[in-house]
Amino acid sequence: MTEARLETQALSRNFGALTAVSGIDFKLDAGARHALIGPNGAGKTTFINLLTGVLPPTHGRVLLAGRDITDKAQSERVKLGIARTFQINRLFRGLSVLENVCIAVAERVGAAGSMFYPAGRRSDVIQESMQLLETLKLADVARQRVSELPYGRQRLVELAITIGLKPAVLLLDEPAAGVPSAESHIILDAIERLPEDIAVLIIEHDMDVVFRFAKRVTVMVSGAIFAEGTPREIEANPQVRAVYLGQAGQRTADA
Amino acid sequence: MNEAASPAGRAAATAPTDHPAARVLMRRHRLRWWELLPWLAAIGFYFAFPDYLGFGAELLIAILFALSLDLALGYAGIITLGHAAFFGAGAYTVGMLSFYGIWTEPITGLLLAALAAAVVGLLSGLVLLRARGLTLLMLSICTMALLQESANMAHDYTRGFDGLPSLTIDPVLGRFEFNPLFANTQYLFSLAVLLVCFVFVRTLVYSPFGQSLTGIRENLLRMHAIGSPVRRRLVICYTISAALAGIAGGLWAQTNAYVNLSALDIDRAVTVFIVLILGGYGRLYGAFVGAVAYLALEHFLAQIYPTAWQLGLGLLLVFVALFARNGILGLGEVLWRRYASRRATS
Repeated sequence: MTEARLETQALSRNFGALTAVSGIDFKLDAGARHALIGPNGAGKTTFINLLTGVLPPTHGRVLLAGRDITDKAQSERVKLGIARTFQINRLFRGLSVLENVCIAVAERVGAAGSMFYPAGRRSDVIQESMQLLETLKLADVARQRVSELPYGRQRLVELAITIGLKPAVLLLDEPAAGVPSAESHIILDAIERLPEDIAVLIIEHDMDVVFRFAKRVTVMVSGAIFAEGTPREIEANPQVRAVYLGQAGQRTADA
Repeated sequence: MNEAASPAGRAAATAPTDHPAARVLMRRHRLRWWELLPWLAAIGFYFAFPDYLGFGAELLIAILFALSLDLALGYAGIITLGHAAFFGAGAYTVGMLSFYGIWTEPITGLLLAALAAAVVGLLSGLVLLRARGLTLLMLSICTMALLQESANMAHDYTRGFDGLPSLTIDPVLGRFEFNPLFANTQYLFSLAVLLVCFVFVRTLVYSPFGQSLTGIRENLLRMHAIGSPVRRRLVICYTISAALAGIAGGLWAQTNAYVNLSALDIDRAVTVFIVLILGGYGRLYGAFVGAVAYLALEHFLAQIYPTAWQLGLGLLLVFVALFARNGILGLGEVLWRRYASRRATS
C-alpha cells in the first residue's frame, strides 16, 4: 500500500494548561474527500493550523507523502502542496477578482520575485488564472473588485485563490460559512468539481454538506478523535449523536 | 440563472486572455499619454520660471523623497514615520565625503548615498519589519532618532548641530558647474535623477514583485497562506525605498552645498508623509501632486501670512482627511468617474 498523502503522528498542541489538540493520528490519502466535524472548541481550527504550519506542535509529527514537514514554515509547506481556505474570507479586497487569483498563481510558478518586467507580460499566469475563473463561473466578474461581490461569490474567490496554488492537499475551513443557503450550492458545486487526485479535508458544521461531500468523516471532541468512519456509520453512531449531531443527525443526507 | 446567456458563457468560447479583465492586466503597465504631462510641466517650468529654479530643484527632490516613501507605504503598506533616517544617511554620505575632500563627483556620489541608505534600510528593516502597525511606526521613529542622535554625538566628524557647510561638488559630467549659483544645472540634474528613479520605481510596481507587494498590503495573512516569503519581500522593498530616499538626501546635500541635523529630523519625516497622503499614496503620481501642492502652498501662504501659514496647511489636511481619504488624486478619480458615468447615462 502506498503511504498517505498527509499523515499526523501523535500530534498535540497545548496553549498553557489547555490541551487544544491531543495525540491525533490521522491519515489523508490521495483523492480523499474527508470531513472533520465536531462541536465548537473541539480543536478543529487548531488542527488545521498545525497542518499548515501556522502553529508549531507541542508534540508529534506531520508527514507529507511520508516526508517529515513538522519543522517547515507555512510558506514552505504551501510550496510542497498544502493549501487552505479560511473560515472568514482573507482576500485582496481592493483588487480585481482576476488579480486575486493571479497573485496566487504568480507565487506558485515562481514569478512573484521578479522585478524587472511587467506582470502583464506573464500571459501564462493571466491565462491560467482566467481559465480557473471560468471553471468556477467567476469569469463574468473577473474585472470587478472583490469587495463589490456578494458574499457567496467572495467565498468562491477564496476557493479560486487556493486552487490556483495547485495543491496536493486542500484544507477547506467551513467553505460555505456565512453564505446564504440560496447561494451555497455554487460553493458545493465548485468543491465537487475539484480535480479528483487532490486530497481534500473539509471542516464543516452543516451536516447536509458533510453527507453530500464526504466519503469519510472524523469527529473531533475536546482535542481528540472521537470517532471515524463513513458518513453512514457516523450518522448511525449513537455516541456521536449524543455529543454532536443532535437533531441534525436525524436528517437524511441530500445526496 | 441562465449560464449560457451570461458573459461567462460567452467568454469561455474565446481565448482567456481576450477577456476584458485579462486585457486590463496585460496592458496596465503601458505608458499612457498623460504620464508625459509631469515631465513636460517640469521642462516648461525650466523655461517659464528661470528665477525659481532653486525652488524647482527643491520641489523635484521632495517628489523623489515622497516617491521613495510611496514604494514602502503606498505599495507594500509599511506604515513608517522614519523615512528621514534614509534621507539623512544619504545626505551625510554626500556631505562628509565632500567636506573631507574624499569624493566630490556628483553622480557616483549619489550612488554612494543610495548604498549607505540601503545599508541602513536593510539593517533596520531586518529588525523592525518583524513588527506591524503602531509598533512598526514607533520603531521607525526610534531608528531615525537614534541616527540623528548618533550624528549629533559624532560631532568630531559631522560637526553636530553646526552641520557641514560649503560643500564642493564637481561639475556634472565634468562640464556643467554645480553649485547654488548655477540653479539651472542643479534643476536639470535633479530632473534627470528623478526621471531615472521614477522609471525604476514604475518598472518595479508593475512587475510581479510589485504585484506581490500590493498583495502584502491588501492581505498579509493571505500572502503567507499562498506561500509568499513575505518578510523577505518587505525587507527588499524597504531597502530599495531607503536607497531612493538616500538619493533624495544626497541630492539635497549637493544642491544646498550644506548638510545639518535637520536632514534626519522627524519634521522632515512627517512632512514627506503629509506630502504623500496629500497627493494620494499607492498611485506613483501622488508624490508629484502632493509635493507640488504642499510646496506651492507653503511658498505662497508664507508670503501672504508669514506668521500663520501653517494654519492654511492644517485646514487643507483636515479637508483631505474628511473628504479625500485617497488624497488629491483619489478625489480627482472620484470626480472623473462621476463625470464619466453622468456622461454615459445622459
